Amino acid sequence: MSRIEFTVNGAAVGVDGPHLRRLSDVLRLDLGMTGTKVGCDAGDCGACSVLLDDELVCACLVPLGRLAGKHVVTVEGLGDDDDLSRLQRSFLHHGAAQCGICTPGMVVAAEALLARVPHPGEKEVEDALGGVLCRCTGYRKIVDAVMGAPDFDLAGASPAPGKAIGQRVERVDGVPKVTGRDIFGDDQTPDDSLVLKVIRSPHHRATFQFGDLERFIVDHPGIEAVLTASDVPGRNRFGVIPATADQPVFAEHETRFRGEAVALVAGDKGSMEALDLESFPVAWTELAPITDPETAMADGVHLIHQSRERNVLVRGLVRRGDVDAAFANADTVVESEYATAFVEHAYIEPEAGSARRDGDRITIQVTTQTPHMDRTEVAAILDIDAGAVRIIPTAVGGGFGSKLDMSVQPFLAIAAWKLGKPVRITYTRPESMMSTTKRHPSRLRARIAARSNGELLAMEFFGTFDTGAYASWGPTVANRAPVHAGGPYVYEAYHAETMAVHTNSPPSGAFRGFGVPQSAVCQESLFDELADAVGIDRLQFRIRNSLTAGEPTVTGQVFESGVGFRECLEALQPGWERARAENAIYNATSPTTRRGVGVAGMWYGCGNTALPNPSTMKVGLHREGRIVLFQGAVDIGQGANTAMTQICADALGMDMASISLVGADTETTPDAGKTSASRQTFVSGNATFEASRRLRVQLLAMGDASDDAYLELSGNRLVIHDQGASTVLVLPDLAADQDGFVALTEATFDPPTTPLDEFGQGEPYAVFGFGAQMAELEIDLELGTVRLRRITAAHDVGKAVNPTLVEGQIEGGIAQGIGMALMEEYVPGRNENLHDYLIPTFGDVPEIVTILIESNDPIGPYGAKGIGEHTLIPTAPAILNAIRDAAGAPVRALPATPARVLDAIRRGLVS
Amino acid sequence: MATDIAEFIAPTDLSHALDILAQGRHTILAGGTDFYPARVGRPLTEPVIDITGIDGLRGINRVEGFHRIGTLTTWSDLITTELPPGFDGLKMAAGQIGGIQIQNVGTIGGNLCNASPAADGIPPLLALDASVELASPAGTRVVALEEFLTGYRSTSRQPGELLTAVLVPEEFDDATSSFWKLGSRAYLVISVAMVAATIVCDADGTIETARVAIGACSPVAKRLHALEADLAGRHGDAADAVTVEHLADLSPIDDIRAGVDERRNAALHLVRRTVASCLS
Ligand SMILES: Cc1cc2nc3c(=O)[nH]c(=O)nc-3n(C[C@H](O)[C@H](O)[C@H](O)COP(=O)(O)OP(=O)(O)OC[C@H]3O[C@@H](n4cnc5c(N)ncnc54)[C@H](O)[C@@H]3O)c2cc1C
Ligand code: FES
Ligand code: FES
Repeated sequence: MSRIEFTVNGAAVGVDGPHLRRLSDVLRLDLGMTGTKVGCDAGDCGACSVLLDDELVCACLVPLGRLAGKHVVTVEGLGDDDDLSRLQRSFLHHGAAQCGICTPGMVVAAEALLARVPHPGEKEVEDALGGVLCRCTGYRKIVDAVMGAPDFDLAGASPAPGKAIGQRVERVDGVPKVTGRDIFGDDQTPDDSLVLKVIRSPHHRATFQFGDLERFIVDHPGIEAVLTASDVPGRNRFGVIPATADQPVFAEHETRFRGEAVALVAGDKGSMEALDLESFPVAWTELAPITDPETAMADGVHLIHQSRERNVLVRGLVRRGDVDAAFANADTVVESEYATAFVEHAYIEPEAGSARRDGDRITIQVTTQTPHMDRTEVAAILDIDAGAVRIIPTAVGGGFGSKLDMSVQPFLAIAAWKLGKPVRITYTRPESMMSTTKRHPSRLRARIAARSNGELLAMEFFGTFDTGAYASWGPTVANRAPVHAGGPYVYEAYHAETMAVHTNSPPSGAFRGFGVPQSAVCQESLFDELADAVGIDRLQFRIRNSLTAGEPTVTGQVFESGVGFRECLEALQPGWERARAENAIYNATSPTTRRGVGVAGMWYGCGNTALPNPSTMKVGLHREGRIVLFQGAVDIGQGANTAMTQICADALGMDMASISLVGADTETTPDAGKTSASRQTFVSGNATFEASRRLRVQLLAMGDASDDAYLELSGNRLVIHDQGASTVLVLPDLAADQDGFVALTEATFDPPTTPLDEFGQGEPYAVFGFGAQMAELEIDLELGTVRLRRITAAHDVGKAVNPTLVEGQIEGGIAQGIGMALMEEYVPGRNENLHDYLIPTFGDVPEIVTILIESNDPIGPYGAKGIGEHTLIPTAPAILNAIRDAAGAPVRALPATPARVLDAIRRGLVS
Repeated sequence: MATDIAEFIAPTDLSHALDILAQGRHTILAGGTDFYPARVGRPLTEPVIDITGIDGLRGINRVEGFHRIGTLTTWSDLITTELPPGFDGLKMAAGQIGGIQIQNVGTIGGNLCNASPAADGIPPLLALDASVELASPAGTRVVALEEFLTGYRSTSRQPGELLTAVLVPEEFDDATSSFWKLGSRAYLVISVAMVAATIVCDADGTIETARVAIGACSPVAKRLHALEADLAGRHGDAADAVTVEHLADLSPIDDIRAGVDERRNAALHLVRRTVASCLS
């Protein structure tokens, strides 16, 4: 076909190849311009937004053949790393880019708006950018960034040496995110790698028989190989927890969920683009699937894993006090059942990566939250030494827990290993949705007792979690939920039991909160019913029963300080009273809408539950005059790179600009552990602090200085200012190791916890974060629709290392909580795309008011705690409570769709 | 293998396009906003005729008592073109289709030919008594939109035919019109149900004629003829006349977006609101 000539960012280009190819692929694969991202290939995410003759379009919907003579502008044409536009600077300043995968699309859409409307208002920004999805930020900071762009002239904050903590410094890794130059899983320079595609089960449960695979290869020139279970060199099994690892790379006899892999095909780029996977020779025999835990546990039902009786993967228990006596003594008891749905992570970046074998070593570059765990698992699958595996995380375009499990890694590893050629793979959106982990659907039943004076007495909780076909993080959820299911409140007696049960659904894994967002829905909803039953204001009921320092938690753990929960609740009080009063007036006269306000509290232990979870950080002074922080805590958008730099700077007593990072890489950075469980700021932050302190001590010793000294790097000199005098060390003159480090220190921090006993008693976490949120909303009495008006979030973060980053976590968590509350329900086989699986858009996230409470944690670095998962937990229950407030009756199953809200309205009107 | 991939023809001339179509091998590609999403993860190997370069198929003009909307007219074109009030409902629908990226390339003809029950362009056009113009080497025929749409994603377009324009009679120019859609989020919403109405009143506000159409509640969007008859002669409170009986012909389905009852309930209230907003 004829060559198509057009321009990209003003430069003439000519492209050959099939004219039906998508412009997004042409830009990325043919022209190597990977700033334009692909999240869906279907117009749904807007990540691929570009300008075509000045009009905003999705590049994934434009054929190459249409481009002749046209002008394309991509993010690469809208500002450069050393010449940022006002808009890009405004994005950095406002913290509008987290993971950065949506940012190029946002920037292009915003520039299109600004060209039309130089000073847009909020609604204009939302309308103009409404076609681009973001899963990280909750959108509000993006709106601020675009509105602030026209007049933007602020310089980024540059705190004085040793004063970085608490400052709103810009992300240290932000520039490539706003220019589109960050390298995500699929952005590695195109080369002659073989492309991999995976053959997956179309049924929830099936057996299968391959046809003539040799013939298939012969019939498809350009296809090099088909690999199946028999090609796995080592263990055809992986999992995040060694004791329960049960997932095969390729199913051997039976597939246990729709989307499970049975084979992969490797071939050159062109042939793989033309390959119709439907033509792959495999015959399926569909078997009756188990779709819910109740059925899974029934008599005579097939076992998904032979060793797991009644399909129960694991049970969890926390028990304290005399529960029966407490219920017997209670004046009031409320009891009910709740259900939550499968929730898909829906990060905008689908799983992707590449791999290369060099002799007996293999290197995998992949989007991951946990490089060191990937390394161990890949080594077992290949049956080689872990030392021979190198994992280099790319930038991660959103993870939220799902990129803790391996996805593409085993395929890349096996193909590169067996075929001896470089390979690459990128999941399609449907493939990503059907095959990777989800939030556990749950059935929750509880009863809660109080005295007539409003004093909380006891809670009994039973949670059944649908853990899908494979274990993944099921045990973690089953163990974490019973510790948290009571919320941060004081009970005389407590009993919480959980079960993770297998079904023929995609594996449920880690998703922001590990089961706690689900249990909070149950407990916080019942609290409103209990408060009403004893006749106490709902917020007062919580304040009065809130956990404070010195009181035991349900596992018997006592914190002497750093418990800022009551302060969070009290911070909501003025808004709560205002909203109640305003709503009463509004509702008295409104015919078709009603307003409601709801509040919910939360707690969340940072780090693994009662298990070691160390992090190691290394920092050194290089003879060239740089501090180098070997920062292995993967930054998935939350800001670890920035927070660690701030901590390092202050611990050293130096300027942030002196510090450069070596990013996560199993070869060069020590193991900082997983980016999960809200542990990085707290655990890795402590390791960074300690390593940096040690380095400071060494450096001070070199200049014989006191601890009051501050340090400065000036070219290749270290200047130590102490008590009016300065000592200058010329670094190249000092002894250095082979890598050029004059001094190098390392430190490991493992949070102090104790194992839980058979009743779940012990000290499972070194620190808890606390929070409370208030949702204000309006329901349409006829349609059952919910319109959020405002969310106020008060969180005890110990110490906000960087308030902009913290707000970003809060707003992003709330946006995901809104999705969980109102619209998200993944149904395997029915909504495996972003067209039918709905996540919040610009117009779905209301104003968010953040109140930061700093309780100064005794162990955390500078008093800081984790925040990543905390923020999502109270959102859904606060919304549900507000719906109940407005409708007069509760919604007990998520998501609260219009049908469910209408049902509540009907019940509410009756009573 | 790359050599036998997809023939791609982009004619600039209508008769050339019709000759190619007459071969019966090519899939028509307009804005591509339905075409590409239906092919995610699948090879792009079929022969395609890209019609977006054909002269004279884009834009709106007046021809013999009709507004002729070229098939390639995009939603953005509709929003930015000045049109009489009778088109307000269609413009409201256009502004709620996808995001700007989709509105800039998605075409009115593609929306009708794709014939999804959730196609937002259909109810407003039904409520405007629109018809479509279909061309083939044998000539051109005009078919009422109600007859063009024959069922779930099916139309009476013959394989070799190209939809060239949508025709809207001028008689509704001074009507008031409106559109309401219910979906589950703020932007990028696929309709759970949507309603369009076009109402002509006399000088003292009595309804002379009313056209009401509803989508996503039956395999093909439907005009509510009985309701239209009952609305005639009524005044500002006409929305009160809408009853469940008027919706008896609908056959809403249970799908991932909503259940049957939710759709029935939404239909009733959306119809009332749309009628009321035409009269306010
Ligand atoms: C993110 C997203 C959101 C969307 N939201 C909405 C929405 O809210 N409401 C809505 O109604 N739609 C929505 N759509 C669907 C789509 O945008 C519209 O249906 C659009 O109008 C289709 O026009 P097109 O030009 O892109 O069609 P194409 O994709 O080019 O074609 C659609 C079909 O019609 C055929 N066709 C096109 N033109 C002709 C012709 N002239 N003659 C004969 N056959 C023809 C094609 O062969 C194809 O089968 C959305 C799509 C996306 C990707
Ligand atoms: S990749 Fe084009 S819209 Fe998602
Ligand atoms: S920053 Fe928007 S998706 Fe991550």
